[in-house]
Amino acid sequence: MNFDLVINNIKFLGQRVFLGIKEGKIAELSFKDLSIEGVPVFDGQGCTLFPSFIDAHVHLREPGFEYKEDIESGLKAALAGGFGQVLAMANTNPVNDKASVTEFMLTRARELYPSGPSLHPVGALTRGLQGEEMAPLGELAQAGCKAFSNDGLPVKNNELFRRCVEYAHDLGLLVIDHCEDPDLSEAGVINEGKMSSYLGLKGIPTVAESLQVARDILLAAYLDIPLHLAHISCKESVELIAWAKEKGIPVSAETCPHYLLLTEEILADYNTLAKVNPPLRTEEDRQALLAALRTGVIDILVTDHAPHADFEKEVPLAQAPNGISGLDTALALSLELKRQGQLQEQDLIRLWAETPATLFNLNFNSFKPGDRADFILVDESKKWVVSEKTMYSKGKNTPFWGQTLRGKVKYHFLEGKLVYEDK
Amino acid sequence: MHWRHKHLLDVDQLEKEEIEHIFELARNFKEINNRPVKKVPTLKGKSVVLFFAEPSTRTRVSFDIAGKRLSADTFSLSKSGSSLLKGESLKDTVLTLQAMRPDCIVIRHQFSGAAAFIASKLNCSVINAGDGWHAHPTQALLDGFTLKEEWGELAGREILIVGDIAHSRVARSDVKLFTKLGARVRLCAPRTLLPPRVDTWPVKVYSSLEEAVKGVDLIICLRLQLERQEKGLLPDLREYSWRYGLGLKHLKLARPGAKVMHPGPMNRGVEINSELADSQKSLILEQVHSGVAVRMALLYLYLVGA
Repeated sequence: MNFDLVINNIKFLGQRVFLGIKEGKIAELSFKDLSIEGVPVFDGQGCTLFPSFIDAHVHLREPGFEYKEDIESGLKAALAGGFGQVLAMANTNPVNDKASVTEFMLTRARELYPSGPSLHPVGALTRGLQGEEMAPLGELAQAGCKAFSNDGLPVKNNELFRRCVEYAHDLGLLVIDHCEDPDLSEAGVINEGKMSSYLGLKGIPTVAESLQVARDILLAAYLDIPLHLAHISCKESVELIAWAKEKGIPVSAETCPHYLLLTEEILADYNTLAKVNPPLRTEEDRQALLAALRTGVIDILVTDHAPHADFEKEVPLAQAPNGISGLDTALALSLELKRQGQLQEQDLIRLWAETPATLFNLNFNSFKPGDRADFILVDESKKWVVSEKTMYSKGKNTPFWGQTLRGKVKYHFLEGKLVYEDK
Repeated sequence: MHWRHKHLLDVDQLEKEEIEHIFELARNFKEINNRPVKKVPTLKGKSVVLFFAEPSTRTRVSFDIAGKRLSADTFSLSKSGSSLLKGESLKDTVLTLQAMRPDCIVIRHQFSGAAAFIASKLNCSVINAGDGWHAHPTQALLDGFTLKEEWGELAGREILIVGDIAHSRVARSDVKLFTKLGARVRLCAPRTLLPPRVDTWPVKVYSSLEEAVKGVDLIICLRLQLERQEKGLLPDLREYSWRYGLGLKHLKLARPGAKVMHPGPMNRGVEINSELADSQKSLILEQVHSGVAVRMALLYLYLVGA
C-alpha cells in the first residue's frame, strides 16, 4: 500500500494507532507502524484522533446580522472547534426561504474556505419563518439545503406543519422542529420553577416544550414520516421520545452541551450569558438528558451556536436575546463529560459525527479505506481560558466565559489536508 | 455600626442585626419628621438621583422627602423625560448619570434584576426602589418597621399576604424580611396568581381566604393589576373581589387586634373593602409615615456608611 501521508503518535479509542492517507481519503488505520521510506510522516504528538464533527444546528447570522457573526468568523470557529460540517439555520435577514439566499451562503462559504469546513444551509420551513405559508421547499432543496426548519419561531398551526412535513419528505429532507408552544412560553425569560419564582421572572414551563414534542411524535407516527426534534431540554420530552422510539415511531432528537453541564441555578445573579431558549432547566432534567444520550433516546449533540454582540447581552435579563455561542467550546465541554464518565469516546463519535451524518445524509469518516479523510487531532489535556483570544466566533456570549476548559483541537485535516493548526 | 453594604438590592443581603439597626435609626428620624422644622444637615453636599423608569408616586415622593429632610440634593428622572424613550440602553443611561458624580442612584425599573444590573456597572451606591416582580426592599423594611412600632417584636406573629403574589415584588421582599425576623407567613391567592414552585418558599399557602385569616395578627392586601384579567389569570374583578377581597367579616376570624396593611395604591372595593381601609384596623397611612423615616435611615447608612 502506498500513502501520501502517514500520521503517527496518535490514539484512537484508547489504542495507539497509525493513519495512512491517500488522495484525500483514508487508506488504512492500523495498530502497526505504516511508515514507508519516502512517505512523509506527520507527528500527532500523542493527540486523540476523532473524525471531524458535524454540528447540525448553528446560527451563522449572515446575511443580515454580520455584527453578531458572519460566515467567515462562524466557519473559522467551527474549524478550530473541530467541526468539518455545519447546518446553518434559516433565521437570517433576508430569511433563507429562497434559492438566492441559499446560493449566497454556499458561494460565500466556498469562496472563504475552499478546503472546508462545509456549510449546509437549512431552508426555512415557512415563508419568512412566519408560520403562515409553506416556503418553496423544492427550490430550496435544489439550491442545496440539507434540511428544513422554522427554528426560533415554532409553527403553531398543526395543519400547516403537517403539510410542510409531508411535502419535505417527498424531497428526501428531514424537518427539524423547534419544539415550543408559543402561548405557554410567551414572555418567558428562564425556566419556570424555583429560580424564576425566586427571581421574579416570567418562566418558560417544560410543558411548553413537551407538549410540542408530543404533537410531533403523534404526527410522525400518523404520517410515518421521520421528524427531528431540536434542542431537547427537559425530562418530560425525554420520556416521550423514549416512548416513541419503543413504539418504532420515526423521531430523532438533539440536545446541547449547555443543557448537560448547567442548570437554572447559574441564573441566580441574572446572568444574561446563560439566557437561552429553551432555557437551562433543573438537575433532574440534566440527568435525564445525559442518560438519554447514553441510551440513544437522544440521537445527536449540537451546539445551537447563537452568537450575539456584547452590547446585546449587557441589558437586564428580560431584555437580553436568547442564545449561547457554542462552536468554540463544544469539544472541550464534551471532553469534560467524558472525564466525568458521563460519555465515552465512542459516544462522542456517534453523537457528534456518525448519527448526524446518517440523519442528514452527510459525509462521515469512519476511518475505513475510501472514507473522506476529515479528522481532528485533539490535545485532551490542553488547558485554555475562554476569552477574546481563544474564541474565533464574534459572539463571546457564553456562560463559560473566563473559565478554564480542558481539551482543544491541535490539528484539523479536511480531505487529508491540514487546514487548521492551534498555535 | 459600620455599614458594610454598598448597595441595597434586596433584604436577603441584610443580617437581622442590620435590620434592627435600620429600625433604630428610623425611630430617631421619625422624631425629626414630627418636628416643626423637619430638616437636619446630615447629608449636606450629597447628591441622590431618583431614577424612576416605571411610574411611582409614593415611593418617589417618599425618597425625595427623605433626602431633602437630610439636606441631600435630590434629582428626579422618569422614563418619559429621559433618553430611555429614545432607545438608549439602561447601561448607557446610568453610565451617563454616573458621569455627573451622584453619590447614590435610587432606581425603580420594570425589569427584575435591573437594580443588580446597574449596581454591577456603577461605582456609586444603588438603592433598589422596586425591580420588576423581584424585590422592593425599602417597602419591606418600612412594613417591618411599621409592625415593630406597632407590636414591639415580629417574632411569633402570624402574617397573611393576600392577592397577586406571583407578580409582586412587595410579597417577595416581605416574605424574606418577616421570616428573618421570626414571624410566620401565610399566602392566599388563586393558583393563577401564586408563583411557581411556591412550595420552595418558607410559607403556608391557602386558596380560601376564610381559612387563611383564621388566627392571624396581620393581613397585607396586594394591589390587583387589571392586566391580570386581560392575561386570562382571572375571570373578572367582580369574582376576584368576591373570593379574595378583604372585608370586615374576615377581621372577625383573625386574632383580636389584628391589623391590615396595603403597599398602595389601593383599588377600593376590589382587594380591600373601603370601610376597612379607613378603619382603626388599618395601618396603611402609618406605613407611608414610616416610609419616610426608613428611607432617611437608608440614605444615611448608604451615603455616610456608619
